Formats: sequence, C-alpha cells, structure tokens
Amino acid sequence: MSDFPFLDIVVFLPLAGALLMGFLPKGKVALLRYAALAVTAATFLVSLGVFANFDTSDSGFQLGSSAEWIPEWGVGYITGVDGISLWLVLLTSFLTPLAVLASWSVTERVKPFFIFLLALETGMLGVFSSLDMFLFYVFWEVTLVPMYLLIGMWGYANRIYAAMKFFLFTLAGSLLMLVAILYLYFAVGGEPTFNYQELLGTPLTLDVQRLLFLGFFASFAVKVPLVPLHTWLPDAHTEAPTAGSVLLAAVLLKMGTYGLLRFAIPLFPDAAREMVPIVMTLAIIGIVYGALVAIMQKDLKRLVAYSSIAHLGFVVLGMFVGTIQGMSGGILQMVNHGLSTGALFMLVGALYDRRHTRLIADYGGLAKTVPVLAGVFLFVTMSSIGLPGLNGFVGEFLILLGTFFGYQWWVVPATFGVVLAAIYLLWAYRRVFHGPVTNQANAALPDMEVREWLMLAPVMALILLIGVYPKPFLDRIEPSAEKVVSQLQDSSMIPGQVEEAGGP
Amino acid sequence: MNPLLAQSVTQPSVDWHALAPELVMAGTACLVLVADLFLPRNAKWIAMPLSAAGIIGTLAAVVSLINTETTTLAGTFEVDAFSLLFKGLFCVLGLIILAISFHYFRAGSYYQGEYYFLLLCSLFGGLVIASARDLISLFIALELISIPGIVMVALRKGDARANEGALKFFLFSVLSSAVMLYGMSLVYGVTGSTILSEIRTSIGSGDEPLVVLSVFFVVVGFAFKISAVPFHFWAPDTYEGAPSPVAAFLSTASKIGGFVGLLVLMFKAFPEVADTWAPVFAVLAALTMTVGNLIALRQQHVIRLLAYSGIAQSGYILVCLALINPGNPDANEQAFAAAVIYLAIYGIMDLGAFAAAVAFARRGGTYFISDYAGLWQRSPVLALLFGGFLISLAGAPPMAGLIAKLFVFAATIEAEVYWLAIVMGVNTVIAAWYYLALIKKMFFETPELDEPVEVPYLLSAAMGIAAALLVALLVYPPLLTNLADRSIF
Repeated sequence: MSDFPFLDIVVFLPLAGALLMGFLPKGKVALLRYAALAVTAATFLVSLGVFANFDTSDSGFQLGSSAEWIPEWGVGYITGVDGISLWLVLLTSFLTPLAVLASWSVTERVKPFFIFLLALETGMLGVFSSLDMFLFYVFWEVTLVPMYLLIGMWGYANRIYAAMKFFLFTLAGSLLMLVAILYLYFAVGGEPTFNYQELLGTPLTLDVQRLLFLGFFASFAVKVPLVPLHTWLPDAHTEAPTAGSVLLAAVLLKMGTYGLLRFAIPLFPDAAREMVPIVMTLAIIGIVYGALVAIMQKDLKRLVAYSSIAHLGFVVLGMFVGTIQGMSGGILQMVNHGLSTGALFMLVGALYDRRHTRLIADYGGLAKTVPVLAGVFLFVTMSSIGLPGLNGFVGEFLILLGTFFGYQWWVVPATFGVVLAAIYLLWAYRRVFHGPVTNQANAALPDMEVREWLMLAPVMALILLIGVYPKPFLDRIEPSAEKVVSQLQDSSMIPGQVEEAGGP
Repeated sequence: MNPLLAQSVTQPSVDWHALAPELVMAGTACLVLVADLFLPRNAKWIAMPLSAAGIIGTLAAVVSLINTETTTLAGTFEVDAFSLLFKGLFCVLGLIILAISFHYFRAGSYYQGEYYFLLLCSLFGGLVIASARDLISLFIALELISIPGIVMVALRKGDARANEGALKFFLFSVLSSAVMLYGMSLVYGVTGSTILSEIRTSIGSGDEPLVVLSVFFVVVGFAFKISAVPFHFWAPDTYEGAPSPVAAFLSTASKIGGFVGLLVLMFKAFPEVADTWAPVFAVLAALTMTVGNLIALRQQHVIRLLAYSGIAQSGYILVCLALINPGNPDANEQAFAAAVIYLAIYGIMDLGAFAAAVAFARRGGTYFISDYAGLWQRSPVLALLFGGFLISLAGAPPMAGLIAKLFVFAATIEAEVYWLAIVMGVNTVIAAWYYLALIKKMFFETPELDEPVEVPYLLSAAMGIAAALLVALLVYPPLLTNLADRSIF
C-alpha cells in the first residue's frame, strides 16, 4: 500500500484547477476548454493510482488520510475508500472529463461554466471519500451551489424553475440529515466525535434509530430519488445543460444511494431492517412508475430522466433485499447506470446540438442520415435495457437474483420493470432513428465527430467490459457489500461486524 | 476634613493599558471632530483616513492585550478573551463600514466629519459594551451605540424617509431604554448592587417573582435594540430611510453590540435563573426567525430585504440564549460559543451583502431587486461576491455561513430542544428561497442595461476582505472556534 495521498489529490485537484482557471482570460474559449479537460483528465489519472493501490482483500477503508480540523469539536479531516466508494470515485473522475467533452457546445460564459463544473467535481469526490460526518455534510452542501448555477445559467427554457426546485428539495432533505448527524454526534458516549468509524456501533434504542434513520433517509431519498420525492428530478435533468445532466444522473443521484449504503444502513441497522419492506415497496413503485411515465414522454431527455427513476429503483431494491447478490448487484448497477445513462444524456445532447430540439416527434429516420450515431445510440440503449453481454444485464440480473433469494414474489413486479424498460427505450429508439425521414431538417445531419467518439468510446468499452467480464469489479465490491448485508440480515451478527469495521 | 468624605472620593485604581483600545478610539473621535473644523470643504474626506488610522490603532491596542485577563474601574470593566474578541470584531467591522461609507458620503457631500465622528462614537460604545460588567456601564455603552446611530440615520435631513426613519428609531430607542432602565432599577432594588457578579451571587430564591419581572423588562428593552419580533417595527423603515452605509452599520455592528450586552448580562448576572428567561428567548427566537423570513419573502427593495433577513438571522442567535438551562453546563457552553461564532460570521457576511448593495446602487441609485437582473453579465465579480454573501447567509458553501448554522444546530441538539431545531430547519429553507430569488435575478436573467457597474477600489477591497475572511473561516474554522471556546464565561 502506498503512502502517497492519491485520494486527497483526486478530491482537491479539480478545485485547484478551478482556482487556476480563474486567472485565464475569459475570451480564449479553446484554451479554457482544454484547460478544463486537462484538469479533469489529470484527476482521472491520479484516481487510477487509487485503483492500482487498492487492496482487494481488505474490506475496510484504505488510501485515505486523517488530520484534525476542528479538534475541540471532534471534527476531523478523514478520508478513505472501500469497495463501494472506490467505484464511485472512479466513476466520477472517469465521467467528468467526458462531461467536459460534452460541453463543447457551451459557447457563452465558458470560463465560469468550467469553473463551476470543476468545483462540482471536488464536491462529489469529497462526498464519496469523507469518513467524517461533518466533512461529509460540508461536501454534500458544496455540490449544491455549482449544480444550481449550472442548471440555472446554462440550462434550457424552464431552467430557473428547475434550478430552484433542485436546490430547495436538496436543502430541505439535507437539513433533516444534519439534525440526525448532530444527534448522533451527541449520542455517542464519551468525547463527542464526527468520525464515522467511531460512530459505527453506537448503541441506540430502536426508537432513536428509527428517527435518525428517517432523517438520513429523507435526505438520501430526495437525492436518489425515491417516489414520491422524485419530482425535482425530471425538471432538473431535462433543463440542465448536457454536462449537468450527465453528472446529475451519473453521479449526483449516486450520492443518495451511496448515503443509504454508507450511513443509513450501517449506523442504524435495526431501524434499517425494520424499514426494508417500506423501502422495497418504494423502490418497486419507482421501477414501475418511472417506466410507465417514461413511456408517455414526448421529450427525449425527459424520457431518459424518468428512466433514471426506474433504474435507481432497481439499485435501492438490490441494496435492501439483504442478500449478497442483491447488494453487489445494486452497487455494480450504480456504476452501470452512471455509464449508460451518462452516455444516453451525452447522445441526447449530441442530437440536440444538431437539431436544437428534444422532442421525439421532430426526429425520425435518423438511422439513414447518421448511421454511426444511430449504432452507438442502439448500443447504449441495449446496455440500459439490460441486454446480456452488456453491463446492465449483470447488475439487473444480480439484483433480481438477490431479490428472488430474499423475497420471491417481489421479483414479479421488478421483472415487469425490465420489460417496460425495453418498451420505452426501444419505442423511443424506433421513433427517432427508424422509419422514413419525414422532417427535411433531419435529411442532412453530420455524423459522429472525433470529439464525440472520444467521449463515447471509453464509456462503450467499459459497458462491454463489465458485461462480459465483471469479475474484477465484483471482486472489489463483494467484501464491502458483505459487510453491509450482514447488518441487514441478523441482529446477532451486528456487534462482531461493527468491531471489525471500527478503526482504520 | 470629614473622614467619611475622604474615603468616598478615593479613586479606584485605573489600569490604563486595559483601557487602551477605548482611549485610542475616543481620542480619534475627538480628533476627527476637531480636524473637521479646520479642513477646507473639498478636503472633508480626510476624516475617513483619519478614522481608519484610529481604528487600526485601536486594533493594535486590542492585539497588545491578547491573553490579558484583568478588571479595572472597580470591577465595572473587564478585559478577557470574550471582550477582546468582540473589540477586534468591532474594529474589523468598523474598517469595512468606513470603506463602504467613503464614496457614498464624499459623493453626496453629506456631513462627512460629523458622520465619521458619530460612527467612531458608536464603535466606542461597542468596545465598552464588550467589557462592561455592571448595569450602569452596560446601559451607557448601549446608549453610546444607539444615540449616534439616530443622528446618522437623519444625516440626509432633507429626505422625508430619513426623517421618518430617524424619528421611529429615536422613539423606539427611548422607549426601550426606559423599559430597560426600569428593569435594571428593579434588579438593583432586589440585589442592592449594580455589579453583575454581585447581582449573580445575591439573587436569592425568595426574590424570584421580582427577579423574573425585572429580567423580563430588561429583555424587552434589549429586544427593541436587536429588533427581535415583535419589537422590530422600526428596523426596516429606519434602514430604508438611512444612508445605506448607516443601515449596514445598524444591521451589523450596532445589532451585535446589543447582542454582546445581552450575552454579558444574561451570563454574568442571571445564569442561575436561566429557567425563567430561556423560554422567553425561545418564543422570541421562533417568532423572530419566522416572521422575519416570511416578510422578507415579499420584499422588492434590497435594503428592506436585508433588513428583514437580518431580523430573521438574529433569531438564530436568540436560539442560543433559549437553550440555556442551569442544570446542563456543557450544553450552555456550546450554546454560548455558538452565539459568539454566529455573531462574528453574521457580522462579516451581512456587511459584505450591504457593501455589494451599496456598490450596485452607486450608479443610478437603485435598490430594487428587479434592477439586479443579469448583473452577472454586467459585472461578474460584483455578482459573484454578492451571490457568495447571500448564499452564505442562506447557510451554504463556499463561505462560512454554513459553519455558523452548523454550530447553532449543534448547540440546539445538545440542549435537546428539538422543536427549535425544527423551526430553524423550516426557516432555513424559507430563507433560502428569497436569497436564491435574488441570486436567480443576478445570474439567470438577462440584463436590461449592458453597461458594467463600476465599483471603486475601496468597496471592492471591503468586499474582497469580507469574502476572504469568510472563505478562510469555512476552510479552517478553528480560526474562530478556538477564540469562541476561550471566550466562554
């Protein structure tokens, strides 16, 4: 294991880049784009260092650092990754440079756009790396403002409404989490601390656990989002600029599922166990409802947004069924959804750049005019549907398998959701790409350009890799997944597991 | 000679070093007043650099006292970590206010010399109140803060709104002083002393009804000064009528002065009977936050918006006082530290917001929120700074407002007063709405005018320093939390 602080550099490199970009001239658009690309690419390279030094056999936290921040108040700067957060850190650092590439169409106010994007990346990476609740909360809030500005300043027609809704929903949720964090802080015996690993295993009565679980759950459920707290999502995703949609769907939603895994379940295992049926019901409602609403969408981007609700329903389902397959599948599916939905938003953005419309009805027959783009779109669509051989299949199959072991009959509506996904995605695909070219504006469109290949090819490679050879991914996920599952299964196993988790 | 008389005129020993900040400040105030007489009409502005030099000198005197703990003037004046922290804060706020005032008063050719003199007098009152440890000096310090304030509000004497504002301020101030004095006289009657520490020891259990009554009067008096709901009616009209830099002063330094006096009084004299007054503060806090925020939602004028937001913000500080419970010293310390942290951060970020509003109004003189549309495209730096201060007031990064809110929430949870935590949470979301509404105007809408807003260097520097301080406090909160911890009584 290396002592080089890879992880901390990954977290703060984008912020440093953002500060440096402040000194670049605002007129040099190309320079600004390449600078942002360089910073995010460098961040990704350093994050590969995290990956390379990650010890597969260790289910604890690794590669982080620990320092005092506000010592009198028990606040520390503590970071680290395990088999869950490792993938989310990598996903973030992998997708941000691609989001930068997807932002070539931003031509106005380019400098602040990239500065906010980089600040957002630091916030997201910080959320996934923090092992101190105070630090976690600060990073959680750090993501709020840049995303708000990205939606509000560079979004589409209804952007202001979407941005306000996004901000207020998240803020309201996060305040409940704040109260729960602070309660936990004082509930721990002895010297109060915000150190996550010391807070694990805090003995709490069931009543208190229920309340605190609800506090965390409210915040994360808004972020995931679980029905009925999802209403901000279609607006925010649809109105955001392409890079914003990509990062919202691929990374920001995962902050919610990650929070459930990292905090809500391990800190309050008894309450979590008790809540399983409710959460699973919400997840299933999300799967079916998201899919049904997606079928009816006229707006391509809104369709992808609703598909996110359905997919995230699968993730939450897998996480709460309490089987190792479900948990591993849920974690893997977080990455899968990030890749395929991220790519879908990039592709919808590419279509928008060509035609300046998001309405499905304005397209038709694009397979004839832009055959390569159509092929790529089909590939990503298949991944999102869960075609065997691509990544979505592995995740969804594991989730359904895990659900079957745990709750046989719950699989029925969940599987129904898979079928619905095929319906809305393929139907949309048919209307956009197949058939005759009815609209003359579609007759002569440029096909994929090099930049678009650069942003989509890496994603497609990973989609295929996870689809045919998921072992390296699952190997790293499973030890950490097992630990969380054990907390959901049997209360008698909890103390031992907690002991093991304590201390870096 | 009558031996009794000889004894009674014995002077208490005076520790001149402990008084150094006050002496420098008072000396500067007099110097400014005299210098103004001899300055030619077009050089009146020199009063401002003179005042700035005086405040910097005061700050140096405060720094020279660090780690000093002493009392002088027969126990009525105490220098400790708490008083030094607030003296330092008043100096910093004073410097920023000077920077905000300079162009405003110079361009308007108002009574520059008089204004700076009055401002220094008010700041002098702030320095004294941080150290005042008996009822009389506390009262005098409080009046020293507010009476020059009344005159400053009325400086634009041709303006009807200014006169209305000053008159309202004057009437409410006098009324609150009378109520407060009545309460203080009752305290003296019950305990036989004006020294806070003696009051604390001599409050007996049998005196409760009278003590409760007197504390109640004192609290109401302070509630006027800090514009807590339902004693807030003067504030928005006064702020709107006053020259904007004066509104900035009233909303920050003057209000903080009132809170400092309140903290001193409550924690030095009445901590033992906290169970009688904490519920009063709880009601005041909940009302102040909620009413302030709800009215702020409807404001179209930036200064009025900031006035109501300032009212709501003081609710969070009142929460800290509502948490005090004689049986839980740990939680009390947390609450006290949270109040100190909140006051310091609030002062800087609110002043920053006022500075931005003043900067925007310099050309065209408009304060209407609708005129802020698209400020981002006209003056990105001004918009970013203003946005930063507003988002910080809302309690989100990248400035220290988040830290202030976190500590108040933490104190509330530790004291187990959950209903107040819920009230605060709801209010934070309501407040976010109107702060965001202004940010939305500045960043998301298109401007009607294209020309940039020119911001003079001095104002930019003031905003830049405030922003830098706030960012530093978020990145490394111990800069402030250590001081707050040490200043706990």
